[in-house]
Amino acid sequence: MVALAQMDRVSLIAPRLRERAGDNLLWLIAAGTMAFLYLPILVLIVFSFNDNRVTTLPLRGFTLRWYQAVLDNADIQAAIVNSLYVATAATAITVVLGTTAAFALDRVDFPGKTAFRRLIFLPIALPGLVTGIAMLNLFRLMGLNLSLETVILGHATALTVIVVTQVFARLQRFNRRLEEASGDLGARPWQTFLFVTFPNIRSAVIGSALLSFTLSFDEIPVTFFLTGRDNTLPMYIYSTLRRGITPEINAVGTIIVVLSLGIIALSIYLLHNSQKED
Amino acid sequence: MKLRTRRFIGSSAIVSPPLLWTLVFLFTPYLILFTYSFYLTKFPMFVPAFQFGNYVLIFTDPQYFQVLLRTVKIASIVSVSALLLAYPLTYFLVFKVQRPGLRAALYMAVIVPLWVSYLLRAYTWKTILGSEGVLNSFLVWSGILSEPTDIFLYNQFSMVLTLTYIYVPFMVMPLYTALEKIPRSVVEASKDLGVGPLRTFFKITLPLSMPGVIAGTTFTFCLTFGDFVAAFLVGGPNGFMIANIVQAQFGTALNWPLGAALSIVMLMIVLTVISLADRLERAGRLDLA
Repeated sequence: MVALAQMDRVSLIAPRLRERAGDNLLWLIAAGTMAFLYLPILVLIVFSFNDNRVTTLPLRGFTLRWYQAVLDNADIQAAIVNSLYVATAATAITVVLGTTAAFALDRVDFPGKTAFRRLIFLPIALPGLVTGIAMLNLFRLMGLNLSLETVILGHATALTVIVVTQVFARLQRFNRRLEEASGDLGARPWQTFLFVTFPNIRSAVIGSALLSFTLSFDEIPVTFFLTGRDNTLPMYIYSTLRRGITPEINAVGTIIVVLSLGIIALSIYLLHNSQKED
Repeated sequence: MKLRTRRFIGSSAIVSPPLLWTLVFLFTPYLILFTYSFYLTKFPMFVPAFQFGNYVLIFTDPQYFQVLLRTVKIASIVSVSALLLAYPLTYFLVFKVQRPGLRAALYMAVIVPLWVSYLLRAYTWKTILGSEGVLNSFLVWSGILSEPTDIFLYNQFSMVLTLTYIYVPFMVMPLYTALEKIPRSVVEASKDLGVGPLRTFFKITLPLSMPGVIAGTTFTFCLTFGDFVAAFLVGGPNGFMIANIVQAQFGTALNWPLGAALSIVMLMIVLTVISLADRLERAGRLDLA
């Protein structure tokens, strides 16, 4: 009897033990993958403060001289200014185009709507390189000289889809009755838009704007083909990597990573919030 | 003004700017690219023509065809590796992290690297894997190796590692959405009926999360397929991808028609993969219903 009872208990406990072992294994893999995701970023940051020309262990001591080198490097600074200019202008265009496109897809029926939707979504799936090359061909044919402005046109075209998807998703959940009520209460269309419609899509617009700003700031494949003599920051880094690694890149990289982590966390927070608002 | 006319003007004002932009900066460029792919090259110029020579060259010359195959191979390996890493992580987040606030924070921590400078994330692997890099110096310092080795960098292994690293967060996003949608009650019902955790996973959870698996794998494949930066940074001679060849045609090789044809081939492959995935996902949905 005792033996039987014991066996019974074992058969009850064994699956639970096995499940706990499984959970532990799962935890281990999850933690390992997280470490894999953050280790390289950590390496970048640690070595930007390391007092050594090459990125080797053991560490040699703390220094700020790579940051000083960034401050002294006029090329890097010009590249940063160029990137800020490009990202700001491209974001402004994507927000206007993306929001109007989202409204068009949400509310207006027009011939070729399906084709338009497919076309506008293409850059997200297609290699950026193909978009860059295709636009390069257009600009050459139009006789335009490559410059930061052609880069802006390229970024705006490639990134509009980010704003469209977010704002469109928000509009789909928006209750149109609110607009009708506003109109019935005597509001003019622009008042309805400003005080009823816009507050409902605001966080989606701001969130996707921040996202397209950071993406434009980091963009390479399209920029590679569309930039003229002026370099954006990623293109500058790309061209110095040809000559080998310098700790200066670690320093400027750390600045970018820290800034973009902040902006991105904010934009995801805003986009996530906008999903909860209804 | 009549209301209908005003409506029409309002609608046109909304529709025309994005429509015009898309026509000028997306449709026309792709159309030009398509046209160029039939042109003839007469170095250093090219002349208008309608012939399939560029396409024939891509599929007959091993120089191009081999790279195309290699790109498909690398993109497939990266997609599978990213899936194998991302799935347990996402499963853990959705089913094992109990506090919703913590789960949301961890999820954010996983996907945030996705938007952090792609170039820098690829570049750090160069500093880690290089012969004067972090890994080598660590191995020599700890006495495991007597001198640095160059086997870590500039080969297909470093390509796959770097690209997998870059696209794991991309895989997590659709997986998370798919796993989150699975009602807990279904999983619990299976457990209550005495089905073990492993069988529950393979019979219930995995099939129900297939839309996420398909979406994640498709996007990882397509993005890896068109990548040229990773090959430039960590690839070496055996890591050249199709995008690097395309890039060269518009740069040093100066063969735009061939580059255009290669771009069109890339475009076709990516679109085929996407539409196949779309069909697969729809078929799966019918199966469950």
